[in-house]
Amino acid sequence: MTNHKNMKFTLKIWRQKDAKSKGKFVTYKITDISSECSFLEMLDILNEQLINKNEEPVVFDHDCREGICGMCSLYINGRPHGPDDAITTCQLHMRKFRDGDTIVIEPWRARPFPVIRDLMIDRSAFDKIIQEGGFISVNTGGAADANSILISKLPADLSMDAAACIGCGACVATCKNASAMLFVAAKVSHFALLPQGRPEAKERVRRMVAKMDELGFGNCTNTFACEVECPKLISVSNIARMNREFLCAKVG
Amino acid sequence: MAELIAKIPKGPLTQKWSEYKSHQNLVNPANKRKLDIIVVGTGLAGASAAASLGELGFNVKNFCYQDSPRRAHSIAAQGGINAAKNYQNDGDSIYRLFYDTIKGGDYRSREANVYRLAEVSGAIIDHCVAQGVPFARDYGGLLDNRSFGGALVSRTFYARGQTGQQLLLGAYSSLSRQIKLGSVTLYNRHEMLDLVVIDGKARGIIARDLITGKLERHFGHAVVIATGGYGNLFYLSTNAMGSNFSACWQIFKRGAMLANPCFTQIHPTCIPVHGAYQSKLTLMSESLRNDGRIWVPKNKEDAEKLRKGLIKAKDIKEPDRDYYLERRYPAYGNLVPRDVASRAAKERCDAGYGVGSTGLAVYLDLEESIGRLGKHVIEERYGNLCQMYEKIVNEDPYKNPMMIYPAVHYTMGGTWVDYELMTTIPGCYCLGEANFSDHGANRLGASALMQGLADGYFILPYTIQNYLASEIKTPRMATDRPEFAETEKSVTDRIEKLMKIGGTRSVDHFHKELGKIMWEYVGMGRNEAGLTKAIGLICALREEFWKDVRITGTPAEVNIELEKANRVADFLELGELMAMDALNRKESCGGHFREEYQTPEGECMRNDQDYMYVGVWEYAGPEKPYKLNKEPLHYEEIEVKQRIYK
Ligand SMILES: Cc1cc2nc3c(=O)[nH]c(=O)nc-3n(C[C@H](O)[C@H](O)[C@H](O)COP(=O)(O)OP(=O)(O)OC[C@H]3O[C@@H](n4cnc5c(N)ncnc54)[C@H](O)[C@@H]3O)c2cc1C
Ligand code: FES
Repeated sequence: MTNHKNMKFTLKIWRQKDAKSKGKFVTYKITDISSECSFLEMLDILNEQLINKNEEPVVFDHDCREGICGMCSLYINGRPHGPDDAITTCQLHMRKFRDGDTIVIEPWRARPFPVIRDLMIDRSAFDKIIQEGGFISVNTGGAADANSILISKLPADLSMDAAACIGCGACVATCKNASAMLFVAAKVSHFALLPQGRPEAKERVRRMVAKMDELGFGNCTNTFACEVECPKLISVSNIARMNREFLCAKVG
Repeated sequence: MAELIAKIPKGPLTQKWSEYKSHQNLVNPANKRKLDIIVVGTGLAGASAAASLGELGFNVKNFCYQDSPRRAHSIAAQGGINAAKNYQNDGDSIYRLFYDTIKGGDYRSREANVYRLAEVSGAIIDHCVAQGVPFARDYGGLLDNRSFGGALVSRTFYARGQTGQQLLLGAYSSLSRQIKLGSVTLYNRHEMLDLVVIDGKARGIIARDLITGKLERHFGHAVVIATGGYGNLFYLSTNAMGSNFSACWQIFKRGAMLANPCFTQIHPTCIPVHGAYQSKLTLMSESLRNDGRIWVPKNKEDAEKLRKGLIKAKDIKEPDRDYYLERRYPAYGNLVPRDVASRAAKERCDAGYGVGSTGLAVYLDLEESIGRLGKHVIEERYGNLCQMYEKIVNEDPYKNPMMIYPAVHYTMGGTWVDYELMTTIPGCYCLGEANFSDHGANRLGASALMQGLADGYFILPYTIQNYLASEIKTPRMATDRPEFAETEKSVTDRIEKLMKIGGTRSVDHFHKELGKIMWEYVGMGRNEAGLTKAIGLICALREEFWKDVRITGTPAEVNIELEKANRVADFLELGELMAMDALNRKESCGGHFREEYQTPEGECMRNDQDYMYVGVWEYAGPEKPYKLNKEPLHYEEIEVKQRIYK
């Protein structure tokens, strides 16, 4: 592997006992961290040290640790998923920092994503939006042969681009309005681009947008910060497509 | 002892499933609403089952430990899903998929189950396309396929390198629709901690709300376990950090039996281990073997220089490279099954030809394919994998060959189920990776997704009705019954016991130690002395765990350490049973390689005379030895042969 070096950091981490308590930043020093270590592995090491001192470890969400489940989050030095492009926090490596850096670690901050504990947040609002219309109404059994639907490569590829969303919420976290437009637009586009998705297209966009508003997500003011921070590089052109779909749904 | 009756329908193999469906009992729509089904797990198996059962009109409760069902470990599957569609006109058929799966599993799986799996595989693709899963397509708009190990045809459907994600999102969308319709209730951030058995039947679960820490009682006329495999027992594996086997271990202790626990799959193409702090290993999909060639240097001196960083892979000229899979297995080449590819990599590294700073790596080289097809084609096929590799290793795989090494990936063993996917506890079912049924001693690539979805969409929704038809008169039971109270008490007692230890070592410490023992002695190569030693070491480690583990905080709050402790405590028991099973099986088959039993060329030497059976372990009670039962395997359609990929 590439050369590794040992690094030290000052960590300022948001600690909050539970949803009701007030949180605060707590400072930790950490040394002997390999540059090849991932960010979450660095937090594992910190937690191991805290447990050894009989203190409570820092709570954060994670599972796959390979950038696909969307479970990890973290606002690192003012950026969702930290200082690298097109990655999730679990894919971030310490080589992206300088030896001696101070690293500020916070949870996603958005009203529809309340903090549960420390860096763990509640993103069930996303599930609720999908439940409103993020599906094609087809029951198991009875589908026609898969190759009976022809889909040109380009729309199929664009649909896949949109479907790549991992539902992590970085788009909401980075948006000054806490808008969920990119998330919703990705799902709307995924289906809108496929013939199977057309029959319910109007109903889908109407209901998902209404739910998004109801859950307290903000408006989109076209700053495009979401696209920049999206680990899967979901394009804001999906938002334009959703707006078109939404307008058509309104007039139609 | 519970009896092992596989309930395989009579008649010719090709007719069994249709025969079964024609004669099974069904539940009428009005009665479905009165029946509650608990489904634990929201992976491909759990989500597809919960959604389909909800669509049928049952009242479903669905549990997962993550914050959303969409995050189940299935999301990480990369390469693809098999189906016998023969869209490529390359000679595929249901029979061929069935045959490849049985052969790939080294003749240790159940014929009737595997045939049914191949039979329903096509319907899975049809359904997923109807759901809007954006599979890869060719320029004519038709579905595209790629090849996976152990097959001579192209039958693998894929969505870039994110097939599991797209299939899971498909199942999750169907599930979400049912949640909205009210037929499925979701319990996210909930962990099952025990099974409630009443009068010999599964009737509910005890679950812990992972936010409040409260224990909850849930009733169900039937309980379906779809909680995934136990690869995470090794600590370093390609599984998610939270992957665990606890639900299956709980039902094991309540009477469900466990089959072939020693059958684990070591995947040949993963990013090698690079540091003691490492928390997981990342898979580089098998699909890369379509376009990547695997090699090590022919000369030890070159390998030595590569390890020291004195030269680069590029400096090794073509004639000095050993494409050892192509050399040893000309017919299948780089596409031999996983167990074969993994052992071949280990063999080269053990012989001193390994590369990378540790010497525990081989090259997977895309150069020739880039030359032949252009970088853009390779990028389109494997872009996300190459990005993942680059982020971890800090090297560009389009310019330098990837370094890979085998890692624990999948578990073929699991809860024993009959043809109906029912465990030995009436009313308790097990689906997906958690059960043992279809992959024998080695799973072929792209077949786990197929099996999970077959179980959940097309098999369980039928077979469970055969049981529930006789439950329509059973009213919903109140959860204040003594059986619920007693089961909850045993969970509370265990949690209290764990919290009280107040030792000095973290849960992770024990998990890592267990992983090291397992990898060393119950990993790619196993032998009698090593396995015996492992059993001793695991028992000692388990004792130490119960004396010295430290869990901070309290049970009445978010407590990650407690969650991990519960899971690791079970792994510490399962690990011993895996070693016992491996010790018992004095033959080599599939992923189970007993060094004492190999051919002069180093291939597996099966012993069909004595071991053509499923090793089915039974829990006999606390402090009592596990009991081994045997389900003999009969092959009616297939002629059992030595697996040859040459
Ligand atoms: C990196 C990777 C790549 C892979 N690629 C492929 C591939 O290309 N093709 C292929 O066919 N297979 C592949 N596999 C294998 C395949 O992904 C898995 O075998 C399959 O997805 C397992 O699905 P499942 O539904 O059985 O379980 P999982 O997806 O593991 O789901 C388990 C579910 O159970 C829940 N759960 C677990 N314990 C509890 C509990 N106690 N209480 C409540 N809920 C619980 C979890 O929350 C989760 O929802 C891959 C595997 C890995 C690791
Ligand atoms: S832990 Fe799964 S995306 Fe980071």
